[in-house]
Amino acid sequence: MIEINNFSCGYGSNVILDNIDLRINKGEFVGIIGPNGSGKTTLLRGITRLVKSFGGMIRFNGKDTREISFRELAQNIAVVSQGIPSTMMTVEEYVLLGRLPHYRKFQLFETEKDVELAGHCMEITDVIRFKDRYISQLSSGEVQLALIARALTQEPVLLLLDEPTAHLDITHQVGILDLIKKLNMEYALTIIIVLHDLNLAAEYCDRLVLMDKGTIKKVGEPEDVLNYRDIEEVYKTVVVVETNPLSSKPFVLVVPEEVKKRCKR
Amino acid sequence: MKKTILNWQSSIIISAGFLLAASLYSLSSGSADITLKDIIPTLLKGSGTPEFSILFNIRIPRIMLGFAVGGSLSLAGVILQGMFRNPLVEPYTLGISGGAALGVALCIILGLHRIFPDLAMPLFGFIGAFAVALPISLINIRKGAVKTEGLLLTGVMISYISSSIVTLILAISRTEDLQGIIFWIMGSLEEPSWPLISIVLFISLTCLILSYVFSLDLNALALGEEEAIHLGINVERAKKMLFLIASVLTGVSVSIAGIIGFVGLVVPHFVRMLAGYDHRVLLVMSFLTGAGFLIFCDTLARTIISPVELPVGVITGILGGSLFVYALSKRFLR
Repeated sequence: MIEINNFSCGYGSNVILDNIDLRINKGEFVGIIGPNGSGKTTLLRGITRLVKSFGGMIRFNGKDTREISFRELAQNIAVVSQGIPSTMMTVEEYVLLGRLPHYRKFQLFETEKDVELAGHCMEITDVIRFKDRYISQLSSGEVQLALIARALTQEPVLLLLDEPTAHLDITHQVGILDLIKKLNMEYALTIIIVLHDLNLAAEYCDRLVLMDKGTIKKVGEPEDVLNYRDIEEVYKTVVVVETNPLSSKPFVLVVPEEVKKRCKR
Repeated sequence: MKKTILNWQSSIIISAGFLLAASLYSLSSGSADITLKDIIPTLLKGSGTPEFSILFNIRIPRIMLGFAVGGSLSLAGVILQGMFRNPLVEPYTLGISGGAALGVALCIILGLHRIFPDLAMPLFGFIGAFAVALPISLINIRKGAVKTEGLLLTGVMISYISSSIVTLILAISRTEDLQGIIFWIMGSLEEPSWPLISIVLFISLTCLILSYVFSLDLNALALGEEEAIHLGINVERAKKMLFLIASVLTGVSVSIAGIIGFVGLVVPHFVRMLAGYDHRVLLVMSFLTGAGFLIFCDTLARTIISPVELPVGVITGILGGSLFVYALSKRFLR
């Protein structure tokens, strides 16, 4: 679905991503992890052509993304970014904006089908119960759901998410990720998700991409990527990696300075 | 969904009703006593009576010009506020009005307005407006990308530069020119020439229709430029076209009616409070409400201490300014 070859990009003359190679297949659930400033978000922005490419290319379904119009990209790729829309619009109005890429030329109003589809997407995401409230009145968890509902309304084949679980409690974190997993399984939606929480990434993703200083350090299944040597090297932090007894996925524990000293003694 | 459309209809009916009421108030006010009931019979009787010529040559042209200018300024305001996602932007922020004022001031001190009394001032205003809009857009539209903050900042700076030069011109000009420049800057709807009025009407309505091509782009831009790109909007093209439309609307209004403040700032805010965020209704509603607001203010300006006529910019400033403060306090209370 996505083929990234020797891709470099950045802002101004600042190189952020350096010679990236990555393949993502249809139906995969891929997590991107790495420390702050390692280029995770920029990788997503590179796929949707928001950053200038310095070299190499990204292919979407075999076609160079630079030759695809923003409109056509939006018909296939939906993005859930971190920003919260701050305008005075209701959730339903916001979700309906997701139909924009599918409007015909000079079409001014949504059709019956658009409204139905938006309603369906709001039902899947359970947004429908607060569809008449203003975006600014929602809690963080509800905002994330609304963002996902809008993205689904675009009818994408690929969904890019940038830390959808940031600032959420564990209930909402798991709720959001369960929903994304469901979309991945039931609707064969390909998912690329940036996650800070290594344990969530390990539990939900088929494959992980560990990034470090603008390059890809390691790609593979969670069990392969999340070993203490690589994590300590990339994050410069001492960790312990154990296995979740129920899911047998790896989980990462941090070790505070205090404890480290005690252990040495 | 049906509920929304009903709201739109009622919003548009409210603003159209306001416009109609303002026009009728304006038609029936003035030094000559023509009541509301007399208007239709007088107009039906046709030319010949003094009442008819008062209505047809004095009051209706002013209403038409008020409609076009008020509508244009509010439409430009709502477009620019939407495009910049900044509630404090108004048509004059772009520096276009400053350029127009400079053009007119030059025209007056050079004495050109005496040679071509009808055309010179609007023409110079227009040239001044575009002499400013062009460098602003050239500086900021490079390599196909529009730098939004840059556009705003250069606009504000160029406003300062041109108003300083206007002050300089004021300082060195003769008394009679001084008055001419100051009265022009304060703005007025007094324009007896039907051809000019028709041009402004035509341009404002054309721009209203054109702006609808980008109404959905404006809706998407409300989420931010990157989100709009993620929704498949050609943001750069939309911004360029919207900037062009707003510049034409502002340039034309300012060059014919002077700098009438606050219409383009306050009206979009009120309309947004009434009708929500959706530009598909905001655009036309701003146009109608702005038109009604300016016609109303102009009628006040010419009747409040008649026979002396106040500059309409004074009324829009005082009325618009107080309404704006009121609206802001309401918004913060919520």
